[in-house]
Amino acid sequence: MSFDNAYDAITDASDDKHWAFGTGFDDPLSGVDRAVPAGVSTADLTAYCLMLADDALVLSQRLTEWCSRAPELEEDVALANIALDLLGQARLLLTRAGEVEGRGRDEDALAYLRDEHEFRNVRLVEIDCGPGPGGDFAVTIARLLVFSTWRLAVFERLVASKDPVLAAIAAKGVKELAYHRDHAAQWTLRLAGGTEFSRERMVAGMARVWPLYDELFTTHEVERSLPDVAVPPSDVRAEVDEVLDQVFTAAALDRPDVAPMSAVAGKSGRDGVHTEAMGFLLAEMQHLARSLPGAKW
Amino acid sequence: MSDDDFTRLVEAEQRVEPRDWMPDGYRRTLIRQIAQHAHSEIIGMQPEANWISRAPSLRRKAILLAKVQDEAGHGLYLYAATETLGADRADLTQKLVEGRQKYSSIFNYPTLNFADVGVIGWLVDGAAICNQVPLCRTSYGPYARAMIRICKEESFHQRQGYELLMTMMRGTDEQRRMVQDSVNRWWWPSLMMFGPSDAESSNTAQSMAWRIKRHTNDELRQKFVDMSVPQAEALGVTLPDPSLRWNPERGHHDFGEIDWDEFWRVVNGDGPCNRQRVEHRRKAHEDGAWVREAATAYAAKSASVEEVA
Ligand SMILES: [Fe+2]
Ligand SMILES: [Fe+2]
Repeated sequence: MSFDNAYDAITDASDDKHWAFGTGFDDPLSGVDRAVPAGVSTADLTAYCLMLADDALVLSQRLTEWCSRAPELEEDVALANIALDLLGQARLLLTRAGEVEGRGRDEDALAYLRDEHEFRNVRLVEIDCGPGPGGDFAVTIARLLVFSTWRLAVFERLVASKDPVLAAIAAKGVKELAYHRDHAAQWTLRLAGGTEFSRERMVAGMARVWPLYDELFTTHEVERSLPDVAVPPSDVRAEVDEVLDQVFTAAALDRPDVAPMSAVAGKSGRDGVHTEAMGFLLAEMQHLARSLPGAKW
Repeated sequence: MSDDDFTRLVEAEQRVEPRDWMPDGYRRTLIRQIAQHAHSEIIGMQPEANWISRAPSLRRKAILLAKVQDEAGHGLYLYAATETLGADRADLTQKLVEGRQKYSSIFNYPTLNFADVGVIGWLVDGAAICNQVPLCRTSYGPYARAMIRICKEESFHQRQGYELLMTMMRGTDEQRRMVQDSVNRWWWPSLMMFGPSDAESSNTAQSMAWRIKRHTNDELRQKFVDMSVPQAEALGVTLPDPSLRWNPERGHHDFGEIDWDEFWRVVNGDGPCNRQRVEHRRKAHEDGAWVREAATAYAAKSASVEEVA
């Protein structure tokens, strides 16, 4: 390594593998047939891709709030990793939504230029579960456990989707989500079985997210109208219940006994009806992109 | 082995490994230097993490998040290197949050617009590379090996940052204004990253003899200026120093005098963000204490269950 050429010595222009933990920037779907399968409504498929994309995008946005604030450096790295995986899933799904829609909207137009009522994520992902005042590490872990167990069960079925792009995204996502679920389950055991204080936090954390559990399994009209393409979430309820019960048993926790958060006039996240937290989250996320219309970054 | 034998050993470019004998001063100096470097990586996460939630495209968000994550990784390798010298990460962290150990002053400046993300990559990671490439040949083995990996990643950060600035300079007037504004704020603090001038630097001679340091502060600073000037020209930004010009006799760029009052003010705790950075780290560390305690308690219980079984 020569001092005279400090940069040249370490810079290999063709080598992008210098990231410590990877970012998945290369196109993981190259070679996948991108045509919309015959008989599938493009409006419904677009909406379905947005649902799955928004869940990942919004939870990723929440998880990055931990960056530089985690209880341990190792956990800072792990939570950033999970956020990066979800962001990667969101980008692929938003791109698919835009291309199926056919109106020229790319991932950024969909992420930054839609308004709150156009976001179709479940409400579980948008609430503040910490490090903000709405939670702490245990609430974050409780949400991650519930979310990744649910999404993994959906993605395991989505692998067989008639839409080859969704199937490929799911195949990639399954491995990531299995790691997220395992990470959350390990922490659930540690916190529930650690100190008296951590156990209290874990119990409270689960109770905080549980009101949003039922919403995950409400099959939406869009999902119903895409047979063999979409996975109706009502199909995965039994499996998710069972997996979570196993974790609860191992952690000697009781399934929380709290009422579900009600919908607003029968509508909730999948319909674009959110909690009060959502507007603030989007204001922060979208502000810069919107303040310079047309700018390339 | 005597201190003189040791000095001869490192002068012959022999690597020192954890179990080798080493003078106490060498060990202390290394622990201080590596810990300060580790703290810098960790504190350095804050100014850039400040923009993750607002990154204006999803690609930039992913790049930035991955970069900040890399910095956490760098902190981890470096704390691990201090542990091979008998230091303890928890103890070093305690010293950091109590303000008893320092980190790079550069992170005591605020990130005020998104171009700061690019300028930090270009100038701050760039200056770090100039400082650290020679350390890949430093005498202490675990430190040298950590630096090789870190330097590769820093060079990637530098290119990503520069690429963001290139994109912004090709963009709108407002984007170009942001880049110039950012360069104006970061140029001088970047030059300060090389430390006091050689005449003022107390530790240099011994550290050079021990091969912990391989070039003087002023040599490295000159190198950085010479590398950055053509990069600034290619970018189309003005470096905020009217005295900056090529000196054909020296074969180097001449540049203006650093504001040493500001330098010492920030080193001694009175930069724009010193208190905020340490407080942020202290709060994260204290808020996480119950989680670390839980993990320790759980591991102890699991171990005793295994013993019984
Ligand atoms: Fe670094
Ligand atoms: Fe870096």
